[in-house]
Amino acid sequence: MKSSVIVFPGSNCDRDIAVALEKMQFKNQMVWHKETRLPKSDLIVLPGGFSYGDYLRSGAIAGKSLIIDEVIKAANDGCLILGICNGFQILTETGLLKGTLLRNKNLKFINQDIQIKVENNETKFTNKYKKNQVLKINIAHNEGNFFTDERHLQDLNKNNLIAFKYCDYKGNVNEQSNPNGSLENIAGIYNSKKNILGMMPHPERMVDELISNTDGVNLFSSLLN
Amino acid sequence: MKFSITVTLKKDVLDPQGKVVQNTLINMGLNLRNIRQGKYFEIEINEKDQSKAKKNVDEMCKKLLVNLIIEEYKINKL
Repeated sequence: MKSSVIVFPGSNCDRDIAVALEKMQFKNQMVWHKETRLPKSDLIVLPGGFSYGDYLRSGAIAGKSLIIDEVIKAANDGCLILGICNGFQILTETGLLKGTLLRNKNLKFINQDIQIKVENNETKFTNKYKKNQVLKINIAHNEGNFFTDERHLQDLNKNNLIAFKYCDYKGNVNEQSNPNGSLENIAGIYNSKKNILGMMPHPERMVDELISNTDGVNLFSSLLN
Repeated sequence: MKFSITVTLKKDVLDPQGKVVQNTLINMGLNLRNIRQGKYFEIEINEKDQSKAKKNVDEMCKKLLVNLIIEEYKINKL
């Protein structure tokens, strides 16, 4: 499977995701944001970081870069797109995913391992997980507070487009297990065709027992499945 | 021609920064009811026709400067 990781000025998880993809046997290429052509890819990843120093709004400037037109075209042709953290913010700024990420409710940058629950395990990204499986995974963000309008929220629920929700280690989804104030504890969502996933947690940080755990591995093996 | 743009969060969107500023002012003994924090831009454009110029600025707001899901904006000619 061929993957491309788009690199923006200020991306800082681009190499982590490349290491994870290569470990999982993806043939990966790094693509600079000024490129106007994408290499043939089955998966495009928008990595975490602070593209353009979060100027204006997180992801706003990256969302208008040259390569993004190609990413939008590929997405519309059904290519799989994964946006992690800042990548999720960029996806909302491009309009590929609806909604937005506000400043964390407590105004603090949060870097910690939390729990999320797999809400939908019937997608390209999550078919190797069990439904309602609880994953321990790292978050590291200042703007992760998912917000959207009432109609989109209903659409997400009705069409099973919520990928992950923040929960406690037993899988309870409630206010105590919501680290950043996200609507309905939402940690990740799909577009209506489910070929685009945006998520705040970092699966690429959870692929090695030596440094963390391997709860992120199945996201990549799902894609290969 | 010069314009100013004020961008604020919509009424229903939580503004945690505004809340912190508000609480600090109250703790300082100052009297106020509510604060909403926003952003301010000044834009100069080379266009003589005012209605065209305003239209250009409006396009800039919609395409980049404002996130219409959570923010609203006001344009003023300076």
